[in-house]
Amino acid sequence: MILFVQTMSWIFRPPMQGREVLKQMEEVGVRSFPVVIITAAFTGMVLALQSFTGFKRFNAESMVGTVVALSMTRELGPVLTGLMVSGRVGSAMAAELGTMRVTEQIDALYTLATNPIKYLIVPRFLAATVMLPILVVFADIIGILGGYLVSVQILGTNPTLYIRKTWDYLEFNDLYSGLVKAIFFGMIVATISCHQGFSTEGGAEGVGRATTKAVVTSSLTILISNYFITAILF
Amino acid sequence: MDKEFPIKIRVVNLHKSFGGNRVLRGCDLEVRQGESMVVIGGSGSGKTVLIKCIIGLIRPDEGEIYVDGLEITQLKEREMNEVRKKFGMLFQGGALFDSLRVWENVGFGLVQHTQLSEEEIRKIATEKLRLVGLKDIEDRMPAELSGGMRKRVSLARAIAMEPEILLYDEPTTGIDPIMADAINDLIIQMREKLNVTSIAITHDMKSAYKIADRIAMLYQGKIIEVGTPHEIKGSPNPIVQQFVQGKSEGPIQIL
Repeated sequence: MILFVQTMSWIFRPPMQGREVLKQMEEVGVRSFPVVIITAAFTGMVLALQSFTGFKRFNAESMVGTVVALSMTRELGPVLTGLMVSGRVGSAMAAELGTMRVTEQIDALYTLATNPIKYLIVPRFLAATVMLPILVVFADIIGILGGYLVSVQILGTNPTLYIRKTWDYLEFNDLYSGLVKAIFFGMIVATISCHQGFSTEGGAEGVGRATTKAVVTSSLTILISNYFITAILF
Repeated sequence: MDKEFPIKIRVVNLHKSFGGNRVLRGCDLEVRQGESMVVIGGSGSGKTVLIKCIIGLIRPDEGEIYVDGLEITQLKEREMNEVRKKFGMLFQGGALFDSLRVWENVGFGLVQHTQLSEEEIRKIATEKLRLVGLKDIEDRMPAELSGGMRKRVSLARAIAMEPEILLYDEPTTGIDPIMADAINDLIIQMREKLNVTSIAITHDMKSAYKIADRIAMLYQGKIIEVGTPHEIKGSPNPIVQQFVQGKSEGPIQIL
């Protein structure tokens, strides 16, 4: 929490670490893309399959498109993306910063009159906060597409009907609420993982512990805060 | 050492504990401008803590540290950053940034604190690397270097901003004896060529005798004796004698 406040206070102070931010954006955004896409595609597909089975029992198969779209945009897009990113990126952040801590590289930054929060944490924080919503947009699209494919190709739903059901019930608010969540999740992953890495002690074992803790804590925080964000804001 | 040189660094009654472990218990030290001070002491005697307090990496619990007359233990982080620009530090393991090439490591301070172009910084980096006896390694990554080379690159990085004070954390630990002696020569050269004030901490007596103008012995969190290498060698204090001769029997208890 203290780290979060310190990070915020350093964000707008020059000199900007433009190169570091871009590097981290590539790491968080571009490199996470395949993982997020695969997760979203199969989640959309299984959603279609499951809700079809359920809805068939009371003859509401036509609602599958709506359910897939709503679940993806409001809930599963941001949460699953957040969890995948915390596993892929959060662990990397904690391990990298942790290693830097135990090999005195963070101390070295101080001795070169460079604040490590400014140089190391702000770029990661910005990258995660900006890239997570972008990843979520792709996850939403791919998830809905996955649901469409399964419904149309395998379950034999009428494509026009499916698309109409998706569009008719999808509100701007659904997409928007998912993106707001994504921004929060980005902040959560970056802050917790950087904090864990930063406060690493005790050599290689400590780095391992910090990495595990980063992933577990940020995943749990995402799931818990997800409920409260939903309850309070939407 | 000439008495007329002004005092560059003064440490007064420094205390620092970690949990219940009292590492520094009233440590005093004065280092004059242009002097090479070597602090000796056993493992766990608080040498590293002392040096990290001086450069503001660790805040002491009690006591004062003056750098050019300015008391630094109460400074805010941003003011401390300005003071740190006077320092260069050689870390024990080098502490090079893994993700940056050798020349980017050496030029790191210049990238952060000056408006020089990449080309100029690279040129300065090459020149500093040459000063520590390295060439044609600018584009290598730190992971590709040997331990001795890493220490040299770290030294090049420490002097890149032309500091007034150099701190050496165990400069000869972990490298072979020949490389260690080469590092000793470099430390002497740094003082002669760049006219820096330096503090080195070590338990390598051979290195201490070679590079020191004065040696200070840290024992149980206090400086118990300060003197020229000659005076230390002939010290009547049994603790100092036991340490410099490297004997397991004597007043210093092992565990």
